[in-house]
Amino acid sequence: MDTGSLIFILSVAIQSSTAVLFATIGEIFTERSGVLNLGVEGMMLMGALSGFAATYYSHSLFLGVLASMVVGGILALIQGFFTITLRANQVVCGLALAILGIGLSSFLGRPIIGRVAERCVAFPVPVLQEIPLAGPVFFNQNLFIYFSYLLVPCGWLFLYHTRPGLSLRSVGENPTAADTAGIPVIRIRYLWTIFGGSLAGLGGAYLSLSYTPGWKENMTSGQGWIAIAMVIFALWNPLRAVLGSLFFGGINALQFFFEARQFTFIPSYILRMLPYLFTIAILVITTHSKSARRRASAPASLGLPFQREENS
Amino acid sequence: MVVSVLLALLMGALVFLAAGANPFKAYAVMGLGAFGSLYDVSEVLVKAIPLIFCGLSVALSAKILLWNIGGEGQLAVGGIGAAAVALFLSPHLPPALTLPVMILAGFLAGGLWASIPGVLKAKMGVNEILTSLLLNYVAIFWLEHLYFGPWRDPMGMGFPGTAIFPESAWLPRFFQTRVHLGLILCVLLALVLQWVFSRTQWGYEMRVIGENPKAARLARINLTRYTLAVMFVSGGLAGLAGMAETSGIHYRLQQGLVVGYGYIGIIVAWLSRLHPIGVLFVAFFLASFLVGGDQLQAVMHLPSSVGLVLEGTLLFFILGSDFLSKYRLRVIFKCQAPHLK
Repeated sequence: MDTGSLIFILSVAIQSSTAVLFATIGEIFTERSGVLNLGVEGMMLMGALSGFAATYYSHSLFLGVLASMVVGGILALIQGFFTITLRANQVVCGLALAILGIGLSSFLGRPIIGRVAERCVAFPVPVLQEIPLAGPVFFNQNLFIYFSYLLVPCGWLFLYHTRPGLSLRSVGENPTAADTAGIPVIRIRYLWTIFGGSLAGLGGAYLSLSYTPGWKENMTSGQGWIAIAMVIFALWNPLRAVLGSLFFGGINALQFFFEARQFTFIPSYILRMLPYLFTIAILVITTHSKSARRRASAPASLGLPFQREENS
Repeated sequence: MVVSVLLALLMGALVFLAAGANPFKAYAVMGLGAFGSLYDVSEVLVKAIPLIFCGLSVALSAKILLWNIGGEGQLAVGGIGAAAVALFLSPHLPPALTLPVMILAGFLAGGLWASIPGVLKAKMGVNEILTSLLLNYVAIFWLEHLYFGPWRDPMGMGFPGTAIFPESAWLPRFFQTRVHLGLILCVLLALVLQWVFSRTQWGYEMRVIGENPKAARLARINLTRYTLAVMFVSGGLAGLAGMAETSGIHYRLQQGLVVGYGYIGIIVAWLSRLHPIGVLFVAFFLASFLVGGDQLQAVMHLPSSVGLVLEGTLLFFILGSDFLSKYRLRVIFKCQAPHLK
């Protein structure tokens, strides 16, 4: 394979993985606090729609990104209110949120289907883009992607090497103990649920403002669900999330490459199924692998509501 | 329950306002569209059929704390199975046997498809929510490939769909409406499930698993076997929804088979509190949103997806009202507590 093809595949792999990466990082933080939010697909779609709509009407990419994060956060707040305060079943609430987001985005987005707005274009980093191979792959991307380069290590540092990160993890593992230690369990759960929602919204905005500019019904095509699967693959660790998203992006990139080169030995419908089959495969491998299970498992109180025992 | 419905309608009104439409007029159009005439009511029944199948499918799996949210894909594969019989096997079958074989094929196809997450869950503990859901996309690509590609009608002049099934593969319809035999089938299945849940040892053991998996293990209930069996039957029920849609409505595989019934089935199951008879009524109620939504699109040019919005909101309010009814006593007690001390 020539260098040009390699650069194409690698840089498209990064581009295809970014939306999933944002949503995965967000969901990792949400789940680390003990809240399972299955509504990622809905939040991403609403983020994609509101990001595109805000940019279309205000001609400002910044406002678009802001809108997508606010809307994602508000949807997550609904999930938070029902599961944290009302202690409703997290699985059903999350599914309801996903359905609501899918329906609402399809309803509200009808008038702007096919419109064209500003898009976030590639912004080569001076000097760094000169590096052979790595330059054009990593440093000829857009601001969303550079932001993800920052987000991942910062998220990892925060989670494992700071005091608030420790509080966050303790709330997800043993909220009663955390509560006894004076950590505000409810506030922390709300905070990180909303944070997860805004990142899912940001992932959506990346799709509608950069990756496939414009609004189309169900344009996330399951990436929200894939992100939830990637959280499991990542063993709730932001660094491993990069690996999972890049695998996903790589499969997408190969699909583009095959289609561009008109390789027909794999029929296109099989190619389109691959990202989903691949995600299932890595779920199976992660769940089955003993070393993964030894290293980390889900936060112990994931999915369980927290309630102080008041009268006992 | 009534309050939740009203609140959901109120939220819906806000959505209409956001879309720049008069909510009163919109609801009037929806209500008239769903219940304005006998024919409209029959259309609600038509949409209720797949919702009942999918609702029963989710209710059955949720009984033992399994989340089969792959109804959408199982519906597609059930349709493929039924269509395979209608297109390729029916010339070799006596006409009277075609429909029973199609029903069987739809059930088997959906059941086997759902057994993929079933086996992965039972044997390896893989999260069934994600696997069943991701398989939806795979099933839909497969379905599209079939009717765009190898199964496309050669006489269809480029129409994306298979050839029309022979008439022996059509589910009979009643009284000049589109209501078909699938309705009787799904009502019967709801009754059977109700009987299984309330009167058999299976139902009892499933209740034990659902309420206390640990106790179930101690009582030597075979969780693995239940997981496999329930996922198979649950997928089969969703597969029947696909069979009923292809053989009762479309008479071919084509676009418009997979339109979200699998997802609404989750709402149906939960609103009916996993109660098979309740599924019948909830499915009818939610189907009226869908038919009303279609009218909205035809009359006021608003997207019909408002049905989905109303249903999602309704589910949230029902979940919220669960809390209020469960904890009302507690709240009063807390207020008095300082005086008691």
